[in-house]
Amino acid sequence: MIALVLIVAIVAALVLLGWLIPGVGEFFSTAFWGGAVQGFEAAGMQQDWAYGLGTLIHILLIALPLMLAVAMVIYTERKIWAAIALRRGPNVVGPWGLLQSFADGLKVFLKETIIPSSANKALFLIAPVITFTVALIVWAVIPFDVGVVLADINVGLLYILAASSLGVYGVIIAGWASNSKYPFFSALRAAAQMVSYEVSIGFVIMGVILWAGSMNLTAIILGQQGHVLGLLNGYGFNPLLFPMAVVFFISSMAETFRTPFDLVEAESELVAGHQTEYSSMSFALFWLGEYANVILMCALNAILFWGGFLPPVDWEPLYAIPGIFWLFLKMGIFFFMFGWVKATVPRYRYDQLMRLGWKIFLPLSLAFVALVSGWLMFTRFEGGAL
Amino acid sequence: MADVAAGYLPILLFLAVALALSSAFVGLPMLVSRLTGAHRPDPEKLSEYECGFPAFEDSRDQFDVRFYLVAILFIIFDLEVAFLFPWAVSLMGTGWAAWIAMMIFLTELALGLVYAWQKGALEWE
Repeated sequence: MIALVLIVAIVAALVLLGWLIPGVGEFFSTAFWGGAVQGFEAAGMQQDWAYGLGTLIHILLIALPLMLAVAMVIYTERKIWAAIALRRGPNVVGPWGLLQSFADGLKVFLKETIIPSSANKALFLIAPVITFTVALIVWAVIPFDVGVVLADINVGLLYILAASSLGVYGVIIAGWASNSKYPFFSALRAAAQMVSYEVSIGFVIMGVILWAGSMNLTAIILGQQGHVLGLLNGYGFNPLLFPMAVVFFISSMAETFRTPFDLVEAESELVAGHQTEYSSMSFALFWLGEYANVILMCALNAILFWGGFLPPVDWEPLYAIPGIFWLFLKMGIFFFMFGWVKATVPRYRYDQLMRLGWKIFLPLSLAFVALVSGWLMFTRFEGGAL
Repeated sequence: MADVAAGYLPILLFLAVALALSSAFVGLPMLVSRLTGAHRPDPEKLSEYECGFPAFEDSRDQFDVRFYLVAILFIIFDLEVAFLFPWAVSLMGTGWAAWIAMMIFLTELALGLVYAWQKGALEWE
């Protein structure tokens, strides 16, 4: 309970802070984001170098806070589970246990990297690199506010789908290269599970693309402004898209191997899944990657269906709060729901998992593609009715 | 064209940074453990994990053919999604002809799903 109140208080304080102190909002504004490149140019740098250095700073501005966020998010989630199970959670290292993740990280860093003698050594070491790299690069196209995005490409959503589906290579290579039974079975399960839910995710986001008429994430978010009755910002408030928002939320849990779909590392059956043979930082990289993916999925839920950096209601005073706070608030709510589900829902069996993916979500999302596109043709198409 | 390509340059840079970061995360502890003396491998430690028993079979064993089946089904349906992307973005420009064509295509695909379902390709007992 205390943890819940604490989290709500922190989020509220952040929002208030953004409102009260204009400088904080400025920091995340378009001017700052675009300013780095121009600043270096003004300082007399050559254009190419200014561009390179400015972009590098942007990249680090995404990647380093992301890794920090992963550490804090693990702590937050442990606190949420603890609160739900009436425990205290981590409370020893640092004030309220805030430094727990950093202590874990340091411990893991100093451990010996064990490479099993029967493993394929190169592949064994490449697998965590792939997992973590893929989890990071997807963030290149996530818009934090209008114009505050590293690469504002016109096929942003396609890029996310393509890059995140590469994550399966990390898992399957880890399972194969370990040359051990548990990782091998886990990798098979993981691959089948990931591809199954990727299919329905593909169909689900089609509804959003149809409605926004674009695959650019900023355009998708701006298309949600006043979407329902000119009042609510978010496709999720639309009765035609709300079921898809739910399917996407559940599929995003399956994509990231979260409970109730954590069969990949079902510890009573598969020890630690594909990570069984890993140790030291290579082991930690899988977890860093997984949590980076969880945060990404929270961001995608917020962006695709709940208005991203827009306030939930299209009311002028709410726009005084910088968009990034709205985005983080929504991500925080989704992250809390992820943790809530993990603490309360029992694990699926594998046949139930496959049944849900192929027999329920796939036909449902297929039908909704037809439904949404048909509705749009009748209401929006300018060429008139058939 | 050059403008479009330039939009992807930050992604390429990000890829390089991400690769460097994660390689450092894998490589540095191996170096550090050699310096601190934590690196002490022995044959038992390096053997693969099998609940404390010596492994007695090749771990790359037979596995259920259904995993292949799922992969094949995935290719079909994911390709379908790839066809839908350009259609969804340009639907308001291409109009009813495109809509009807895609609905016919989706129906065929749905029939394929029904066939796979009836054949028991989606069953896991």
